[in-house]
Amino acid sequence: MGSKLRGFENRDGITLVTPVVLVVAAIIVIPIVWTVVLSFQDARYVDVARNGLFNELTLDNYADVLAAPAFWQALLTTVEYSVATTVGSIGVGLVAALAFRDRFRFRAPLRAVMLLPYVAPVVATTFVWQVALNPQYGVVNAFGTQVLGWEHPVNFLSSAPTALLTVIVYDIWRYFPFAFLFLGAALTGLSREIEEAAVVDGATPLQKFWFVVLPQLLPTVALLVLFRMVMAFNEFDDVYLLTGGAAGTQVASVRVFEQLTGSSDIGGASATAAVMAVFLGVALAIYLRLTAKQRES
Amino acid sequence: MRSVSVQSRVLRVLRVVVIAALVVATVVPFVYMLILSFVRIDDLLREPLHVLPTLDRITTETYREVLASEEDGGYGFARFMRNSAIVAIGASALTVALVVPASYALTRLRFAGRSQVSWLFLAVYLFPTIIIAVPVFVGFQVLGLGSSLVGLVIAYVALTVPVSVHMLRNYLAGIPESIDEAAVIDGASRLQIMTRITVPLAMPTIMSTALYSFMIAWNEFLFALLFLSAKQDLWTVSLGLTRLADGQEVSKTVLMAGSVLLTVPIVILYGVAERALTEGLTAGADKG
Repeated sequence: MGSKLRGFENRDGITLVTPVVLVVAAIIVIPIVWTVVLSFQDARYVDVARNGLFNELTLDNYADVLAAPAFWQALLTTVEYSVATTVGSIGVGLVAALAFRDRFRFRAPLRAVMLLPYVAPVVATTFVWQVALNPQYGVVNAFGTQVLGWEHPVNFLSSAPTALLTVIVYDIWRYFPFAFLFLGAALTGLSREIEEAAVVDGATPLQKFWFVVLPQLLPTVALLVLFRMVMAFNEFDDVYLLTGGAAGTQVASVRVFEQLTGSSDIGGASATAAVMAVFLGVALAIYLRLTAKQRES
Repeated sequence: MRSVSVQSRVLRVLRVVVIAALVVATVVPFVYMLILSFVRIDDLLREPLHVLPTLDRITTETYREVLASEEDGGYGFARFMRNSAIVAIGASALTVALVVPASYALTRLRFAGRSQVSWLFLAVYLFPTIIIAVPVFVGFQVLGLGSSLVGLVIAYVALTVPVSVHMLRNYLAGIPESIDEAAVIDGASRLQIMTRITVPLAMPTIMSTALYSFMIAWNEFLFALLFLSAKQDLWTVSLGLTRLADGQEVSKTVLMAGSVLLTVPIVILYGVAERALTEGLTAGADKG
């Protein structure tokens, strides 16, 4: 009986996995391939609706993308935004995980509360931030002008350097729980014996952290950097909902969206997305290369 | 030894400060949301700093207005919530139906292409949703699924499947295979093993997978924006809130009530299943 089941193993395995693979292929893989094809075509909505995949092939989109200063600006903004939110959210998450490491009263409920920014709907939280930061009726500006003595309300989300900073702060707020969650799990897994030995040897708490705890967390940190960089590089919702891409916050995804909906330039949008994916791929390859040694050891 | 005790004392104080600051920073925006949803708009415009309304100025008119249908002079959030619920329940049910057999196969069976499937799921995250959304939208238009809740459900399933498979597979890998083998000796078929043994054993994780995909679907914005913008009667809560916030005509406190309605179901679900959900997501993370 057992050998009979083994004999059908290949067939059964493929049968059970096929539905999932089909859905993922239809909704994700085929669209990605299609995007690459479209990026070589001078395609607008009408052309795609009429001819589908079969339009004349051209390199014009790529030439246009690479020649547009706005593209390079968007790339720069995306990199600044991704690095800042990645470093910020992992840094805050690490501090939070260390603070929550030892038991204290209400630890479990407070830990659950800390994850709220990450699980709450992005549309609701961005809206609250928008209202709170609004120059006319927002509580932050009211507090600033009436209590802190600011001369003017600050246009947090609609003037040039502050808008990007505000979006970055929002994203650190939204995503530090993610790092907190994973670093917390990693801390729970550490054996305390080495640390106790270090304390016996006279290590100060900071030395203990720097020489004993942090090195053991590095694999998790490296993985989180990878996750967060990829997610931030492709981020759309947060930026679009907070600023609409105005005031120097046009990251790549928002630019792609504007090319699609504003000028319905499918070919150009696809080429922008493809170039961004190549940049991300190269960055990932370099990162994996650099961290390869660390992962081996 | 001195520096040890000084550092310990400083760190002990710092720890309390950090915890307090983090809790305040995470909670305050939600409290602000909840309070503003009971404030009259003219009170907010007159005194933005006096966030807490006096008892006699508290209003629930905001909720009536946001929930009522357009015919009754409201903004139809009751219908948006129904749409969101349909989409989220549909997506989570479908995700579970697809993910359970797939995770079982990926942990228990050796078949051609097994490792490639895992890589396929990882690769999904390298690309921004925006470039996936457009061809999917065009393709769905051709199939007649473009502006429909069914199309949205299918898209959400694809978005949640990779992480769901990861969660469930990690759990199933921890269930000893000898249980399956014992059942085989008793003459059970593959289907019987799956439905009678694997599913009951994995039920907690299956539930948290279902909740995870429910939350992703309930919160999602971009696909809803591309698929349903033109069809107001199909708007989800997320889409409805952003569309109404873009105009000037709806007062912010009414939209705050809308935000609360968008957030509360998620917070309740998360409150019920926090443990299972976080453990499912971080499964394997503590092993380095």
